[in-house]
Amino acid sequence: MSVVALPDRAARPEPGQRSRRWPVVSISIIVVFVLVALLAPLLSPADPYEQSLRLRFRPPVWEERGSWANPLGTDRLGRDMLSRILWGSRVSLAAGVVTVLIASAFGAAIGLVAGYYGGRVDATLMRVTDATLSFPVILLALILAVTVGPSFTNVVIAIAVILWARYARVIRGQVLTLMQLDFIAQARIAGAGAWRVITRHLLPNTLNTLVVLVTLQIGYVIIVEASLSFLGAGIPPPTPAWGSMIAEGRDVITIAWWVSFFPGLVILLVVLAFNLLGDWLRDTLDPKLRQL
Amino acid sequence: MSAVIDVRDLRTHIVTRWGTIKAVDGVSFALGEGETLGLVGESGSGKSMTCLSIVRLVPRPAARVVGGEVLLDGDDVLRKSDAEMQRIRGRKVAMILQDPMSSLNPVFSVGMQLREPLTMYHGLRGSAVAARAVELLAAVRIPSPAARLRAFPHQLSGGMRQRVVGAMAIAGPPRLLIADEPTTSLDLTIQAQYLGLLKELQQRHRFAMIFVTHNLGIVARTCDRVAVMYAGRIVETGPVRRIFTAPAHPYTRALLESIPRFGVRRARLTAIAGQPPDLATLGAGCAFAPRCPSAFDRCVEAPPETDVAPGHATRCWLHGA
Repeated sequence: MSVVALPDRAARPEPGQRSRRWPVVSISIIVVFVLVALLAPLLSPADPYEQSLRLRFRPPVWEERGSWANPLGTDRLGRDMLSRILWGSRVSLAAGVVTVLIASAFGAAIGLVAGYYGGRVDATLMRVTDATLSFPVILLALILAVTVGPSFTNVVIAIAVILWARYARVIRGQVLTLMQLDFIAQARIAGAGAWRVITRHLLPNTLNTLVVLVTLQIGYVIIVEASLSFLGAGIPPPTPAWGSMIAEGRDVITIAWWVSFFPGLVILLVVLAFNLLGDWLRDTLDPKLRQL
Repeated sequence: MSAVIDVRDLRTHIVTRWGTIKAVDGVSFALGEGETLGLVGESGSGKSMTCLSIVRLVPRPAARVVGGEVLLDGDDVLRKSDAEMQRIRGRKVAMILQDPMSSLNPVFSVGMQLREPLTMYHGLRGSAVAARAVELLAAVRIPSPAARLRAFPHQLSGGMRQRVVGAMAIAGPPRLLIADEPTTSLDLTIQAQYLGLLKELQQRHRFAMIFVTHNLGIVARTCDRVAVMYAGRIVETGPVRRIFTAPAHPYTRALLESIPRFGVRRARLTAIAGQPPDLATLGAGCAFAPRCPSAFDRCVEAPPETDVAPGHATRCWLHGA
């Protein structure tokens, strides 16, 4: 009998096998996050705007002086932390989704056009893209906040105006590779015009990349929105936003750690969940995209 | 018989950093209904550029058709507007490319891709499209065509995919079919089948066919006439039989000597000495002269086209006045 030892394939999962299992944790966090944002009015135990100076800086329930009336404590104005965090998820989700949708649609369109036409069109669009990428988001948002005043719309505009460039660059790169393939030439020879080639042949072949990029970018946008709110250039008070809640607790961190801690924790969890999901999607859909 | 395609003095230039390359330099040929022209030559001799010039899809902006006429049923396509040209492509001229691995869109099923030209050319809708798609797949001899409509390209073999491409190409049906090395990446047995299929489709639809290849064996089997290209020019053209039995141009002779032949004993296959010329630095004379065994002093001038026999012409001073 042969004594050649074959590697036991059943015992050792193939490389990458593990990453193909559903990322249960990330997905559950995201599902909870979305549900909370949608159902915040039903879920929150108290009015997030209701102030009560008697109840300021109540600690979370497990500390001394804590009570079930405010499970995560209260802030400087005696507002219920839990309710404010639940309501704050609406700002983060809306900012993340709306911004990324606008940026990806516009960026993908630019990338498709640049890659398809090539030449001068490509050169021009890519110079604009490079210029855009070199402009800091935070600075633009601060300028907008100072000149027009801080608002949700301005946050979305400030981020989207810069974020599209990443989509444009990645999609254009993909289109350049696709354009070398025969099916594009074949489509053009069959009489397909620019619109048809772009929408029927190029766009569907870049969807995988777009999905990965969108997922990763939602996490990024949530961070940027929180940073802007933290700096006061984002969602104006008293609307509960996680970034501004962290900022409010900054001065009292030594005596009331929970005011900053809990908003920071949820930002961490949500962004981590989106990043892990994005990584998983990338590995599953298109392993060639490691650099994203 | 009037010509389906009549190419006259076609010139395509490519502008590069090193100068202007005359990729297609005064190419002329004509083909009637049901006729097949074999376009042969080394890589870079301008075969593919000639084909792309006919459908006006040369890689822009570097390459440009700078002169000549391409008469398709008597109508010059080089003078058409872009919109008119788009309606000609696919409907009147179809093309099959070399690589079956990438010639279908990987994200759509075969059926969806077949429906596209049908709705585009004939405005078919609903069940009529599906029925016609099945007909087309059956026409290219794909077994159980109705079931194959749901297949995705990655589920088909190379030969099958090339058949699907063929089905899309005859959706017009076209007046002219350009096949740019359609069998190069197929197995030998599949190659033979595919060539048979193309001939069969040609007999049914009577289209003219330009067959680009560097396989002279395929030319012998499928073509009526041959045009041998070298450095952007047709150096010899004639009926297949003449070219194989009485080649006039030294380059054609060299090509024929470099293919192995069954039953003929030869010590060695002869390779053509030297390298294909650099088109950017080409002089005025015969481009083959530096590699030509019978070159002589007149070869520094460009040889004119000379008739050797009826329908058989060459550009070589050996046959010149």
